[in-house]
Amino acid sequence: MAFAGRRDAPEAPDFGILKRLARDQLIYLLEQLPGKKDLFIEADLMSPLDRIANVSILKQHEVDKLYKVESRPAPSSSDQFCFLVRPRIRTMRYIADIVNADKMSGRSRKYKIIFSPQKFYACEMVLEEEGVFGDVTCDEWSFYLLPLDEDIISMELPEFFRDYFLEGDHRWINSIARALQLLNSLYGPFGKVYGIGRCAKMSYELWRDLEEESEGDSQGRKPEIGNIFLMDRDTDYVTALCSQVVYEGLVDDTFRIKCGSVDFGPDVTSSDKSIKVLLNAQDKVFSQIRNEHFSSVFGFLSQKSRNLQAQYDRRRGMDIKQMKNFVSQELKGLKQEHRLLSLHIGACESIMKKKTKQDFQEMIKAEHSLLEGFDIRESTSFIEEHIDRQVSPTESLRLMCLLSLTENGLVPKDYRSLKTQYLQSYGPEHLLTFHNLKRMGLLTEQSAGETLTAVESKVSKLVTDRAAGKITDAFNSLARKSNFRAISKKLGLIPRVDGEYDLKMPRDMAYVFSGAYVPLSCKIIEQVRPPIGVPPPCVSPCAPASFQGVRWGPSPRAGAPAGPEPELLPRPPGAGAPGLAGPGGGGAAAQRQRVLSLRQRRGGQPRLGVPARRPRRLPGGLHLLRDGGSAVPGEGARVQVHLPDHGHHQQRPHDGGHHRGQGVRPGRGPQTPRQ
Amino acid sequence: MSRARGDEEEYWHSSKFRAFTFDDEDDELSQLKESKRAVNSLRDIVDDDDDDLERVSWSGEPVGSISWSIKETSSSSTSSLEGRDSSLQKGSSSYAAFPKQVSSYSLSSLFKGRNKLPSFQSLSDALSDTGVKNYAPELRRPKAEYKDYSSDWSPKDTVRRMQRGKICSLERFRSLQDKLVLLDEAVAGHDGNVITAVLIFLKRTLRREILFRELEVRQVALCHLIHFLKETGEQKLLLDLLRFLDRTEEVALSQYREHLNIQDVEKRREFLKGCIGLPFSAEDTSHIQDHYTLLERQIIIEANDRHLESAGQSEIFRKYPRKASILNMPLVTTLFYSCFYHYTEAEGTFSSPTNLKKTFKIPDKQYVLTALAARAKLRAWDDVDALFTTKNWLGYTKKKAPIGFHRVVEILQRNNAPVQVLQEYVRLVEDVETRLNLATKYKCHDVVIETYRDLKDRIQLTAYKCKVERGSADEEKINSILNNMQIRWKN
Repeated sequence: MAFAGRRDAPEAPDFGILKRLARDQLIYLLEQLPGKKDLFIEADLMSPLDRIANVSILKQHEVDKLYKVESRPAPSSSDQFCFLVRPRIRTMRYIADIVNADKMSGRSRKYKIIFSPQKFYACEMVLEEEGVFGDVTCDEWSFYLLPLDEDIISMELPEFFRDYFLEGDHRWINSIARALQLLNSLYGPFGKVYGIGRCAKMSYELWRDLEEESEGDSQGRKPEIGNIFLMDRDTDYVTALCSQVVYEGLVDDTFRIKCGSVDFGPDVTSSDKSIKVLLNAQDKVFSQIRNEHFSSVFGFLSQKSRNLQAQYDRRRGMDIKQMKNFVSQELKGLKQEHRLLSLHIGACESIMKKKTKQDFQEMIKAEHSLLEGFDIRESTSFIEEHIDRQVSPTESLRLMCLLSLTENGLVPKDYRSLKTQYLQSYGPEHLLTFHNLKRMGLLTEQSAGETLTAVESKVSKLVTDRAAGKITDAFNSLARKSNFRAISKKLGLIPRVDGEYDLKMPRDMAYVFSGAYVPLSCKIIEQVRPPIGVPPPCVSPCAPASFQGVRWGPSPRAGAPAGPEPELLPRPPGAGAPGLAGPGGGGAAAQRQRVLSLRQRRGGQPRLGVPARRPRRLPGGLHLLRDGGSAVPGEGARVQVHLPDHGHHQQRPHDGGHHRGQGVRPGRGPQTPRQ
Repeated sequence: MSRARGDEEEYWHSSKFRAFTFDDEDDELSQLKESKRAVNSLRDIVDDDDDDLERVSWSGEPVGSISWSIKETSSSSTSSLEGRDSSLQKGSSSYAAFPKQVSSYSLSSLFKGRNKLPSFQSLSDALSDTGVKNYAPELRRPKAEYKDYSSDWSPKDTVRRMQRGKICSLERFRSLQDKLVLLDEAVAGHDGNVITAVLIFLKRTLRREILFRELEVRQVALCHLIHFLKETGEQKLLLDLLRFLDRTEEVALSQYREHLNIQDVEKRREFLKGCIGLPFSAEDTSHIQDHYTLLERQIIIEANDRHLESAGQSEIFRKYPRKASILNMPLVTTLFYSCFYHYTEAEGTFSSPTNLKKTFKIPDKQYVLTALAARAKLRAWDDVDALFTTKNWLGYTKKKAPIGFHRVVEILQRNNAPVQVLQEYVRLVEDVETRLNLATKYKCHDVVIETYRDLKDRIQLTAYKCKVERGSADEEKINSILNNMQIRWKN
């Protein structure tokens, strides 16, 4: 569906191979433990596993019972335990506890740990310390890449963002390099590799290093992947922080798409149960609306439902034979469509309800002001009110981070006051959140000397607060040039629009953010591979046209204030194979790295692999904060603080209900919504 | 420079971002509702019987999916298995004496001739233990790899081998220089897993002061050690390291973080009390102080209110029983709670809103928003009124709010305030357009009529006549205004 009408784009490679490989290896590993066994699966491996195997495959390989790895050891009579886990220290302790308890009670079993995607030395150390090394056998399941859709492959490494960008731990770089190796061996050899950022560079180097040893087998094949782009997430946090207004983005922001599927709750399904829906190109309704601006979706859905009605109505005049035909051939498809329609309509309604409640319109306006860099004072007080009303902890943080990134840090006075109010609204333990966000450079405070000039401090003594604020804004924008501003100006990330920005027939990629911002990754790919007939905007002539291999631009954080990316990205000679972007080193929006070919659907002018007008934001912005920033109260990656960012999660103190699950956890405190 | 005011206005009024709004009374929503009706009307035709199309993408918990069957096992097996298990355990104890090694070690591991010294059972041993790999050989592993189990790999080769998950002994890196070369090679190799492995080895074989000193000039490695210590929970060593590095603020935060693991509130309170003295920045110290004070208050309020509630004497608790305890809630939630249950209390009591406001220096804006939400929830409109009424020095009363009145209206409306209450505040909305929008939306006819009158907009006023009830006072009012010859209409 997605590729229909793309006459210039070649077929996407068959990413199904990745699934088959992963499945075969898993089966092989299970067979290493012959006989009946119980399988313990780590919670966050379950969804990926579901995508490549099912229970009957596991049963065929003598898996008896399935358990979730959790703190409570399960009673089981099996003689063999197999653990399918992430390489995490707390999981090792969980397993060691089970083994030791068995030892104590004189129970003898075989234990096998399968690490996905790889084993860490630290895990073995824990096993050794706990005295169970040798009692368990260890294996690696090299499940590096999971195709989520025809054009998206994910590593599904939820902890990557936090580990790398917050803790500075390079433990996943090897996995990224191996994933690249796998891609290269199956679909390569790659044309060129471009990259921005430190992690991208390290991943590339480690990958080259691995390749050197296994060179040879990809020779003489026709490459299915053209160029590779590796980008660190921190080169463009803004993309992850803006509100999306296309359907898929809104579904993600509202319900959170995990591993390519989404849980639609009772309010969407209009029944009492939740439904898990796979969102991909196979969903015929979804595939047609996923990239549309939300406002176009209603029209489409109502047209669809009218058509459906008409199709059903055809039954009326049918004779028995026709009816038989209808039932045997069409009814199934119609029913399917009916279900899809009613689900997506339900989802739309639910999104509308939530967004209306959240002052979405005002929020978008504030975001746009921040991106354009004016009305900062008003946006700041919007954020303040957002916090005071306890609307949503994640949204509040998101807006604050956006303010900080676009303004190169908050004015100290604002920083203090917003922080204080945030702690009062959402809980004092978020002190830790603020500290972490500061460390990552997501939410910072301008150093005093930077902003307060002698004149200004005099002025602020003379006039009222509000006026002083305005003057501060003016002085600030004069005094310093924010990093974000420089980059966005240079690359034209904020489209200048005369008159109406037509969201239904958009002219650039900014439409995903209702015309406010073009994601940096899209712009960069476009710079490297400009649409035919369009001169490359600002590729520096000093970049050698015949450049081979890689060029690295420093990430904005580490580099000079002005974003030098375009100069460092050479323009490849000629057209060549399609572009396939892999933000492998990027820690795409905290969640996963996606290798994505940016889809485009406009027929018309031929564009070779240019992500013309259907950019996909690397997955959801909020989750960046949720996993990276706010997961802070709590140690390590363990505490997944699911901040209640949806209206219906909020509770009043007197209607309780926050004891869902394990009682009050930090960061999950009930809210006082202003109803 | 920021744009001039006029420009901005024009900017927002230009159609760029107006193509679509999220206002609920939109055409689009009604369109959506219509589609929903259409689709729902088909439901009875469709939702009859066969769910045979139900496959992975459909069923909430697709039958046959792994997550589904795990739920099944966890719900069904627990009770039934326990009985079976214990009986089995008795039976199995007889063969528990078997040395486990026999079953799990392959012949090849015996070949290698494991070191007999028990003290050698260390990580490096683990790393050099080919046995682990042997009993589960991987698909593409050439046999040749095992033959060069030797100890004279260069640091670089050692790192490269470890990156590939191969076995390498680190024991031979004994001089400090060798260790550091190894560490630097690991860092240069970019694989965090290997860096951590080397650090584990260094941590075991070096005195901590020396390790710390060397890491101070190796930031990447340092990050890895800190992360490793956090993960393994070696808090004491972590704090020593941070202190050595003079990162006092991190020391403080790291200790403060521990309060999250303390469940018992009394203990938590004690712990927080101890945190106040930690070397935080001045700003954070006051936050920690507030955290402690808040919890202290909450404990008092909780004990008191639980007693009140169980005694059943207090009306408010009978009418609106508490569904959760107030312990560990944020300050604003606590304020809401106290505005809800203890609004009228004198400032002297710990649970009174004014006391909270004073103690924690809650800004007016935040206080008003919270109090408004709480009182509106209780439909105590007089309290709402009092919240905004101020007297000036001449004794006149006036309505004032630290937040926009449109916000007040919104909160009241969400709590289903009656039109009489609502319109009083709609009238106070400064911006004419917003006022008109709100008044129309919430059917505050008086306000709409008066606003059109003030705008001298005859056309709109005439048009509005069809929105009010026929023969009502509102209609009469419109008519009398329209007939008023004194008004000079602009259209």
